[in-house]
Amino acid sequence: MTPLLFLAQRISAVVLAFAVAIHLATIVYAVRGGLTAAEVLGRTRGNGWFLAVYVVFVIAVAIHAPIGLRNIAREWTAWRGRSLDVTLALIAALLLALGLRAALAVYLP
Amino acid sequence: MIRASHRQPGFVAALLHRLSGLALAIFLPLHFLALGTALNGAGALDAFFTAIDTPLVKFAEFGLVAALAVHMALGLRVLAIEFLDVRERTAVAVSLCLAAGLAVGLVFLINVV
Repeated sequence: MTPLLFLAQRISAVVLAFAVAIHLATIVYAVRGGLTAAEVLGRTRGNGWFLAVYVVFVIAVAIHAPIGLRNIAREWTAWRGRSLDVTLALIAALLLALGLRAALAVYLP
Repeated sequence: MIRASHRQPGFVAALLHRLSGLALAIFLPLHFLALGTALNGAGALDAFFTAIDTPLVKFAEFGLVAALAVHMALGLRVLAIEFLDVRERTAVAVSLCLAAGLAVGLVFLINVV
């Protein structure tokens, strides 16, 4: 792992530690009595704090996950070089796009 | 081949950290797509919730919640070792990480069933 990727992995991990703690608490609270769209969207629609936390969450995940996948690929397979890095950059872009879309989907009225 | 080193708690931690991360990375795009159904209105999201209201999915969700909690706990352990110069008793630290992750998963399971 290059020093830049190592640092990005660790800094995003610190951000994720807070985001995941919030997310786990929210999950455990939200599933009581079953999930309904009205309940979920009632919490998220128009909620600026929700959007801010989850945008940061998505950005951190889009950085963290591809670097982790790159490490796993390099440890467990012979895959190296530009094709691996390009693939993981595309995965990062996909996670970022889908994640921001998901956050907006439950934020927008 | 299982080597003696593969039974060390540090190896188990590294393996579980990778496997849980891999599972979460595969799940995430599906999770995002599922939430994206809200773009088609609350009815579409409710239809999705109804479709996944099965014991099998709940069990899978338990696994994912536990994987997320375990991954986070093992990650905090790595950060503590690397940046806080923490000297740990590896077996104890790794056991605590797994226990904490499983506990979060079980709390989820109790609430969801």
